[in-house]
Amino acid sequence: MRNWFKSGDPWIWMIGGALSISVIMVVGLLLLIAVRGFSHFWPSPIVETTAVVEGEQVRVLGVVTNSETLPADRIRESGQIIDDDAILVTRHLFKVGNRDITGRDFVWYLESTLSDFRYPENAMMVERREWGNFYGYPLRLEEAGVPVAGGDELWPVLQERIVRANELHGQIQQIERYEIGRINGELERLRLEERKMDHRQLPAAERAPIQRVIDQRRQALEAEYEVLRIQREELQERARRDVLIAQTANGIETPINLSNIVMASRNNALSPPGKLAFYGHRIKDFLTGFPREANTEGGIFPAIFGTVTMVLIMSVFVTPFGVLAAIYLREYARQGPLLKMIRVSVYNLAGVPSIVFGVFGLGFFVYLVGGSIDNLFYPERLPAPTFGTPGLFWASLTLALLTLPVVIVSTEEGLARIPRTIREGSLALGATKWETLWKVVVPLSAPAMMTGLILAVARAAGEVAPLMLVGVVKLAPSLPVDGQFPFIHLDRKIMHLGFHIYDVGFQSPNVEAARPLVYATALTLVVLILVLNLTAIAIRNRLREKYRAEGD
Amino acid sequence: MTNSVNRTSEALSDSSYLPSREAMARRRQRRYLADGAARWMVRAGGGGVVIALALIFVYLFSEVVPLLRGATVEPAYSYELPAGASEETPLLGLERYGEIVMRYSASGRLFYFERDTGALLEEIDLNIPPGVSVTSFGNGEPRSRRTVFGLSDGTAIVVDHEFELQFPEEGVRVVAPAPVFPVGDAPVVVDEDGVALTAITVQAAREDIGVAAQSADGRMLFVRYQVKTNFMTGDQQIERRAYELPTLLEPVEHLQLSANLWNLIGADQQGNLIYWDISRPGDALLRDRQIASEAGEQITAMQFLNGTFSFVVGTSSGRLAQWFLVRDETEDAGDNIFFLEQAREFSRHDGAITAIQPEYSRKGFVAVDDSGGLGIHYGTSARTLYLKQVSDRPLTAVAVSPVNNHVVAQDDQGRIHGFSVWNEHPEYSLKALWGKVWYEGRSDPEYVWQASSGSDAFEPKYSMVPLTIGTLKAAFFAMLFAMPLAIAGAIYTAYFMSPRLRGFVKPTIEVMEALPTVILGFLAGLWLAPFIENHIPVVFTVLVGLPVAFLLVAYLFSRLPRHVRNRVPPGWEAVFLLPVIVGVTWLMVSLSPLIEIWFFDGSMRQWFTDIGITYDQRNALVVGIAMGFAVIPTIFSIAEDAVFTVPKHLTQGSLALGATAWQTVTMVVLLTASPGIFSAVMIGFGRAVGETMIVLMATGNSPVLNFNIFEGMRTLSANIAVELPETAVGSTHFRILFLAGLVLFAITFVVNTIAEIVRQRLRARYSNL
Repeated sequence: MRNWFKSGDPWIWMIGGALSISVIMVVGLLLLIAVRGFSHFWPSPIVETTAVVEGEQVRVLGVVTNSETLPADRIRESGQIIDDDAILVTRHLFKVGNRDITGRDFVWYLESTLSDFRYPENAMMVERREWGNFYGYPLRLEEAGVPVAGGDELWPVLQERIVRANELHGQIQQIERYEIGRINGELERLRLEERKMDHRQLPAAERAPIQRVIDQRRQALEAEYEVLRIQREELQERARRDVLIAQTANGIETPINLSNIVMASRNNALSPPGKLAFYGHRIKDFLTGFPREANTEGGIFPAIFGTVTMVLIMSVFVTPFGVLAAIYLREYARQGPLLKMIRVSVYNLAGVPSIVFGVFGLGFFVYLVGGSIDNLFYPERLPAPTFGTPGLFWASLTLALLTLPVVIVSTEEGLARIPRTIREGSLALGATKWETLWKVVVPLSAPAMMTGLILAVARAAGEVAPLMLVGVVKLAPSLPVDGQFPFIHLDRKIMHLGFHIYDVGFQSPNVEAARPLVYATALTLVVLILVLNLTAIAIRNRLREKYRAEGD
Repeated sequence: MTNSVNRTSEALSDSSYLPSREAMARRRQRRYLADGAARWMVRAGGGGVVIALALIFVYLFSEVVPLLRGATVEPAYSYELPAGASEETPLLGLERYGEIVMRYSASGRLFYFERDTGALLEEIDLNIPPGVSVTSFGNGEPRSRRTVFGLSDGTAIVVDHEFELQFPEEGVRVVAPAPVFPVGDAPVVVDEDGVALTAITVQAAREDIGVAAQSADGRMLFVRYQVKTNFMTGDQQIERRAYELPTLLEPVEHLQLSANLWNLIGADQQGNLIYWDISRPGDALLRDRQIASEAGEQITAMQFLNGTFSFVVGTSSGRLAQWFLVRDETEDAGDNIFFLEQAREFSRHDGAITAIQPEYSRKGFVAVDDSGGLGIHYGTSARTLYLKQVSDRPLTAVAVSPVNNHVVAQDDQGRIHGFSVWNEHPEYSLKALWGKVWYEGRSDPEYVWQASSGSDAFEPKYSMVPLTIGTLKAAFFAMLFAMPLAIAGAIYTAYFMSPRLRGFVKPTIEVMEALPTVILGFLAGLWLAPFIENHIPVVFTVLVGLPVAFLLVAYLFSRLPRHVRNRVPPGWEAVFLLPVIVGVTWLMVSLSPLIEIWFFDGSMRQWFTDIGITYDQRNALVVGIAMGFAVIPTIFSIAEDAVFTVPKHLTQGSLALGATAWQTVTMVVLLTASPGIFSAVMIGFGRAVGETMIVLMATGNSPVLNFNIFEGMRTLSANIAVELPETAVGSTHFRILFLAGLVLFAITFVVNTIAEIVRQRLRARYSNL
């Protein structure tokens, strides 16, 4: 035994164990996110059972979302009555929905009080636009108060009519979001025109014709708005036509207007391919939909769109400047102790906390530069700031600054890897330094620059702390890119995947209901970043192989 | 390629295709021009980027610098008083637009004159009956602009020197004097016996107006007036309630009432401070009496600071001290018993203090003395921002503008001196940020961060100590978790692991470096924190259980028959341990409720509370694990590189001399690679210090000051993220948050630079070996 200890083998096992712990944590974390994220969309079986609560029997219908085992005393402390000889108690968290009827959509039930689980085929989950999910049984469908379908034929008819209601809803959304939005945008522009004339103190004579044009335009827009408004009301009227009468587990009849239904599904009756189709459909809805109910339901499209737009604009800035700086440091600057110092400093900027960049961005870009831009170019909008407030442009610039060291480091590495022979060959053939750089070195090191850019994008996509200061908000009213002039709105605030996670997970009123959505959002972000990083690694490895071959 | 070669050879074969000599020269010239232009472009662009990055530091610094400036005071004008110069001036006042100066005279007249020229605008004589004279004067909180004149027949007149804004036409603003008499312009009775009032003060509470006074025969009087307006007729009725306070029968010189009318402070001629508790005026108590003067000194001025929680006492020898009421926390004292305590002193003036005026919205004040000195001081930071002789004559009265940009002082010959003032950040001082400060209403000096509140009377508390300690606490627990795992893992991966496995493990862990911290923070806050709260024993059992399990597996393995062991390739230990870890952890989790029942009466959390340990759900342990997780890849990657690049001939030599693999690792590899491991730890530490999202989401963000692993903390970075979006641009709070950013920047920059230098040295050493 003592010899065995002296040999040092146990220590090798110990440090091996440390590594295994790290690996398990990494893999476990990814699995946790993947499982929780993906299961958000899966049509879980709907359980019907009965529970005893305070001596009364209640029927429960819902989805089991969590289970845990606790010491019985802790349950007793909370005032529930359980068997005296119980030591451990298992309890299940049911998502029972129906927030509008019962007020609680998540309820813990003790396993000992539950009867057997049944999975009735007729049980239905309805995703609603308001009040979260509904769990219950469909009874009949009414059109303007007259029953039109019930019994076996109800389900296909219901599905058909939900499709119709959703189409109408889409049209209403189209009008509200885009067409009325466009009119409002134009009205706002007209108002600013007027403000601008006030600001310049135009003489009345010059002003009158312009004012006349503005007034005409405004009248036209208001007329247009009136038409749209009537159209929208008609659509809403049509969408409200059908009502589903459903019954909750405890027998309460509830009318659900079809205009309020996103989708209805009988999870227990779905066949495996049906489940898969449903699953795909919900993932698509999640990725392309807009958030609802204070971000706790619906999709994350604006967050994805905001993240991507911001990262793209950042790339436009960071790539040329990063590459230029790297070429300067590696090829043009005089090598010496000073340059070494500068290089170390630039590298170290990558390790400076991102919140510091956020502080800089807020103070310098937003307040100083943005404030000056407003004073110079948008005086008619003051005191409402245009660029003097956090927004897309400043977020992108801040991130560009933050990721500049990444691009510089990666590009420099790429430049350093180009074998001397290749450069000297080019110079020997009479090319100038710039020609060698531009036609030989830069193309050869392009993959390194690519790697740098991808790493920068990956870092930027996951960064949240600085963005909280310079332009990301929980709910942006409109996307930063749309059909209105000037198409890319650099001054708009944006939504962001990472911030969405923070906001929904920690600031939302109903954390329990939002949790699966946060996992799904986290999964989206993780996948995005892992893909980017793996691409960068793959490019780097291929590059190394290539130069190893050429260098030999 | 081949194509162009062909063309070139064709061109060579037929010389007429060659460009002419001039064309060649022109072309060469163009190429050189392009070369030169490119050189300048790259230099400008690249150098520009480097400068832009340096700008970050410069800019952050430039936002912080104004904090360090004291106050600047510049004389603006000087003129003779327009009227009534022969009378004394008990009070001067300024309105916020900086147009009008208001002056009370000792005989009960109000003068309003233009600030910049001294032209008299209005003169108001108070409604004092003939044969009656003014015998005392007192003022309330400067914000309320309330003053009181005590008269020789035991009555008093209360005046507010309000101003009115008028807009006679668009874009024109006129400030006009509009004094208000809240209890009517006729004198109201204070002393029913009709004895002259020798000292008096006034204060407005929510509905009441309180007046406290001493009569010439030594009685202390406290009267509350309540004004009731009849809604129908608009008539005003004044309800008067009078109380007599216990007295020492010594004449008091100065009296001050607190804004809630609970406390009355007096200063007598012997230099004593006296505190009456009048929260229940019917049975008011004389609670405390303290000597506030040194030998031979007299108290010459006394004023409550904004909020009326603390007051400043000025003496005949130029001493200024801040006092306040401190709650008596001894066991038998009972509730709400206070006593007087001196909190701090300020720089001494050269002459006797003649007047003090508090600022309107901060805890600062200006004071003048009889040697002509003007001082600007600030309470919380104990800072004297300005103290200079500004006049040859003794100064007798002083006023500060409500927006703190102007000071007006009067000398004993009736001359007015005006000064424009820059005094934006008096709250800052090194001591206020890093030292213990005795805040108003606290029983001891403390380190507190509490930067904002809704009330104007609030005293901002800017101690960076809780935030710095919080930052270090979070980083400490993160490193405690990450260092052993990352370094041990790195050594194993670099030295023992089979190359095939290494090619898989290293990128796996390194990819985690790119994982957004917001995801770690979210999992820590919403998954790990509740999990640990429900399974606290797991933390301890796993900590012990896993190493024991490892040893057990290792021992069992060594007992296996040789031919079985030889089947297993070396460097696969870690793989065998994977199921062991999963199994042990699972076991511990399922045992956790039983352990709680067996040893901790069913709930370990409750048990912690019972033995006096606070347990927050989101605590340093959760942060340590989550942030440790975030820095493991950083440390692992750099340490692994350092160990892996230890020259092979060293290790092989050691093994050849008969050392075991483990001896080689501890004696040769670790020693050689230690600078690299050190730099890995430094970089990991730098990352942990600056990490924002994890601490923001996985702690309660309360700025507490302890190292309890089961309590939360607030770090510098999380504090910036929480507070910066909501501060006013350019305020002291804003700049102090920038200072926090600068401190973070500096710390991480220095730490990273040291790490980088160590690493480069190491690299050079390896190449020499």
